[in-house]
Amino acid sequence: MTAAEPAGRRPRHVTWGRIGVYAFLLASALFFLLPLWIMLLTSVKTMDEIRLGNILALPADPTFQPWIAAWSEACTGLACDGIQVGFWNSVRILIPSVILSILIGALNGYALSFWRVRGAEVLFAVLLIGAFIPYQVFLYPLVRLFSVFGIYNSLTGIVIVHIVFGMPIMTLLFRNFYSSLPRELFNAARIDGGGFATIFLRVMLPMSTPMLIVAVILQVTGIWNDFILGLTFAGRENLPMTVQLNNIVNSVQGERAYNVDMAATVLTALVPLVVYFASGRWFVRGIAAGAVKG
Amino acid sequence: MAIAIPIPVRRRRTITRRLPAMLALVPAAIAVVVVYLGCMLWTVRLSFTSSKLLPTLDFVGLEQYERLLGNARFLISVQNVVIFGALFLIGCLVLGFLLAVFIDQRVRVEGTLRTIYLYPHAMSFIVTGLVWQWFLNPTLGLQKLVQDAGWQSFTFDWLVNKQMVVYTLVIAGVWQFVGLIMAILLAGLRGVEEDLWKAARVDGIPTWRVYVSIVLPILRPMVITSTVLLAIAVVKVYDLVVAMTNGGPGTSSEMPAKFVMDHLFERANVGLAMACATFMLITVIAVLAPWLYSQYGPRARRRPA
Repeated sequence: MTAAEPAGRRPRHVTWGRIGVYAFLLASALFFLLPLWIMLLTSVKTMDEIRLGNILALPADPTFQPWIAAWSEACTGLACDGIQVGFWNSVRILIPSVILSILIGALNGYALSFWRVRGAEVLFAVLLIGAFIPYQVFLYPLVRLFSVFGIYNSLTGIVIVHIVFGMPIMTLLFRNFYSSLPRELFNAARIDGGGFATIFLRVMLPMSTPMLIVAVILQVTGIWNDFILGLTFAGRENLPMTVQLNNIVNSVQGERAYNVDMAATVLTALVPLVVYFASGRWFVRGIAAGAVKG
Repeated sequence: MAIAIPIPVRRRRTITRRLPAMLALVPAAIAVVVVYLGCMLWTVRLSFTSSKLLPTLDFVGLEQYERLLGNARFLISVQNVVIFGALFLIGCLVLGFLLAVFIDQRVRVEGTLRTIYLYPHAMSFIVTGLVWQWFLNPTLGLQKLVQDAGWQSFTFDWLVNKQMVVYTLVIAGVWQFVGLIMAILLAGLRGVEEDLWKAARVDGIPTWRVYVSIVLPILRPMVITSTVLLAIAVVKVYDLVVAMTNGGPGTSSEMPAKFVMDHLFERANVGLAMACATFMLITVIAVLAPWLYSQYGPRARRRPA
């Protein structure tokens, strides 16, 4: 397992080697921060300043007008209601998708870990392999199927799609967690007369807080950042924020308002970034567990 | 309480006892049978039909695949995904390893640096694509910045240059993914025994030599996992291209995943799209199969999943 201490040699004094290490790390940090810096700066500049000035320079005349415009006035095609439409669509997609996919993942993990159901392991194996397969392989038949059931281009449709494609990683997460719990715990609960639901709700779920946090982080960032599923299944009325953002920026005729574009981009990145910075080490745990999702 | 108490369960009662567990797995069963297996097989089946706007169920053999291999746009897509894939993989692994090694040298502010390296991974590929599109914009971005600084003849027009555009996708892709690889490899480095370093020091082996000859082989499982993750990400690459170049200029940065989407929803050529999707499926299986075999095959050491 992971040791707490770095494994490298302990430095004794400042050498050229040390300076080199820091120079490399700082140069890399600049490479990672530069786009964020440019995005933020551009979003508070006027278009005149963007055309004439330096892309890295601080704004001479900072303005929040682009943010307001991006939120409530930016155009996608004919409608000019800003990216707020996409924001609220994403929220409406996010909440049921996150809750239901985590609930189903936890139930699957619990059933797989403690209840010997015939064929469950095969189910789990197929699910895990499915996580690696590109969406393009499933999309078209799924579209046809949803059309038949009348849920294509609807909120219900996109939520079901998120549940289905989130299922491998959610199941894996909870199965690994419940498998690591002592079996005696489950046996004791059985002897006390607990049934499937009682043990899940009163014993397992209350113990699952760490996994629930990891799952929420994974699903909130994953579903918020989704583009292809929202584009395909949500329908015109429910397009998520990422799709709207791309429409605002890439389907504009005439001169592009780069400041508004960047403000809309920052706004779209805000939710996952807040989750990331607020969760710290939990996020790393989440992606380590969710690395399968790629 | 180390003693597990066996519960006597009578056979005919087990079915009713397990019924709730079976019911709980019904959504998973539906997902697996209908979506993961059903839709996949349907896609493969449709790739053997002449479906255009609507699916038909005739059988035209390998006609769609022949058409696919004669399609200029598809061939560009494949060429692009190979170039992008190779450079993206090498870039992420080399830079990710270097970052992990350098950050493992007992540096100050390690936590801050890790946070900085990993934050792009929290964002959508759409955001990444749009930001890099803006930064590499020849008229107002990096090129103008360097020219304004005094180097008048500097050109960096890769984003609008048919020959170079795929490399801009590599830059943005590496930027987004390398933090993840660093995190995976760093976890591996932290698992290397301190004694190994002591022994190497006693023997007077130069540090870089220890990393290349001893540490890297120890990190093999992490490197393989990273490679599989990156390879899958390559086959899937879609959002990034749509946001950053939308396949352009012309068709010079098309990718297979985008080929499928365009032929499904814009060009109404379902059969051809499904042939390309099947091609992607086969590629993923070719990447996945050896890895799965080495991890879970009969010769793999049993280890907790």
